[in-house]
Amino acid sequence: MAFAIAKTIPAAIAFALILAAWEVYARYGGVAPTMLPAPSRVLLQAWENRAALAENTLPTIRATSAGFACSLVAAFVLSALVDFLAPLRRALFPLLIVSQTLPLVAIAPLIVLWFGFGLMPKILLVALVTFFPMMVALVEGFAATSTEISQMLAAMGAGRWRIFWLARLPSALPYFFAGLRISITYAVVGAIFAEYAGAAKGLGIYMLNAKNNFRPDLVLAAVAVSAALTLILFGIAVLVQRLAMPWENAGSDSDDRKRSGESRQ
Amino acid sequence: MKRLELRDISKSFGALEVLAGISLHVAAGEFVSILGPSGAGKSTLFQLLTGALKGEGDMRFDGAPLDGSPFAFMPQRDALMPWRRVIDNVTLGLEVQGVSRRAAREQVAPLFAEFGLAGFERSWPAELSGGMRQRAALLRTVVQQRDMLLLDEPFGALDALTRAAMQRWLEGMWRRHRWTALLITHDVREAVYLSDRIYLMSARPARIISEIAVPLQRPRTTGSDAARQAAALEADILDTLLNPGVDRASFPQTAQRRSS
Repeated sequence: MAFAIAKTIPAAIAFALILAAWEVYARYGGVAPTMLPAPSRVLLQAWENRAALAENTLPTIRATSAGFACSLVAAFVLSALVDFLAPLRRALFPLLIVSQTLPLVAIAPLIVLWFGFGLMPKILLVALVTFFPMMVALVEGFAATSTEISQMLAAMGAGRWRIFWLARLPSALPYFFAGLRISITYAVVGAIFAEYAGAAKGLGIYMLNAKNNFRPDLVLAAVAVSAALTLILFGIAVLVQRLAMPWENAGSDSDDRKRSGESRQ
Repeated sequence: MKRLELRDISKSFGALEVLAGISLHVAAGEFVSILGPSGAGKSTLFQLLTGALKGEGDMRFDGAPLDGSPFAFMPQRDALMPWRRVIDNVTLGLEVQGVSRRAAREQVAPLFAEFGLAGFERSWPAELSGGMRQRAALLRTVVQQRDMLLLDEPFGALDALTRAAMQRWLEGMWRRHRWTALLITHDVREAVYLSDRIYLMSARPARIISEIAVPLQRPRTTGSDAARQAAALEADILDTLLNPGVDRASFPQTAQRRSS
């Protein structure tokens, strides 16, 4: 534990140095606060506007989690289908890759135009940016199952579904979590983009309004909130991975146990 | 009594002929090895037996055509699932057969001591040494209580010392349990040490080039007489494998084939 804290010290120092440099420049560099507010001012304004910020953060959290949940379920269902039906992969993957080439700036207003200002366009946009990494990771993960384990299960009499459940799904977990960690960092950004294109409430629309009112301090305050959200989601993903894959850290610190077992031969 | 009998088994992948008329048999309670060079098609033969591949020829078990799988199969390396604890790896075959997880655990738990794994039931496979992993894999194979064991180069990935230790251990276990077993290996010493009979396989397309009875007494002691006998046998086998085509009259039981 103490070691884990010690490992974060360099990052904390670097972060503090950047903030300090920014603070000094903003205060003594002759820049107007409406151009570049100092971090202290951002923090102060964030605190003074905490009610409005919180009010706009909740819809963003809702859109992010709903969109990500849909994306997660879709990735699991589709990747499993693709695993069972190889031709489906050839049909789907080109479409999925094209979906990743769409510029979000152009697509977000269109989706709002088609689906209105409600939750739906946000869910769709979050899903659009988060689905692909998880889908690819899962499909690759299923395929990475050891052939020896599959053959052994088949020799034991296990059918296709049984082999998927017992071997392919657990084999894909490390891949899945790698994809999850990538896609979860896109999730909040996706929701904010959707809100930017049109919403009643949310961090995206809050940023837009603050910018139009020449309040860069409030824009940055909202940015800080969205960064914190992403970090929290990332932390949750890492935590879930630890819980879901308890074997991952096994075997590194157990040489003594191995030796004691070997002597029993 | 013949348990497994194979007659004229052939298998090609497209134009590539892998097995060219393999005939062999394994009697009940007999330990038989198939010894041949790497890539000869030994594993293909096992895949035919377990039903993963379809080939030509006649496969009989206890006199009847092979139907379903009377085999418990131990693949190359150990194929332990890293995400299952050792005990849950061992119960895998029983679970696939429909035994509840709890009943399966109760059934295998008493066997951990005999396999040198006592105290490691709840460990992850990554926490075991190579030898222990192989013993866990063998335990997973024998608890399925099938009629015959198929062992596919089970010790191929181990270091030389661990492999020798595992061979001794397996010979001891076999004497106690008298499993009917068919072992694939490319290790001459391993084949001589463990087997009652050895089939020598040629390079691809694979044929049985010789059948050798191992006259050594069991337990396979390390005394100087037995060691000399074993060494002579090993040298003969190496000669046969490395110089195919020379006269093999020195083996009285040679069943030589030159089909196709």
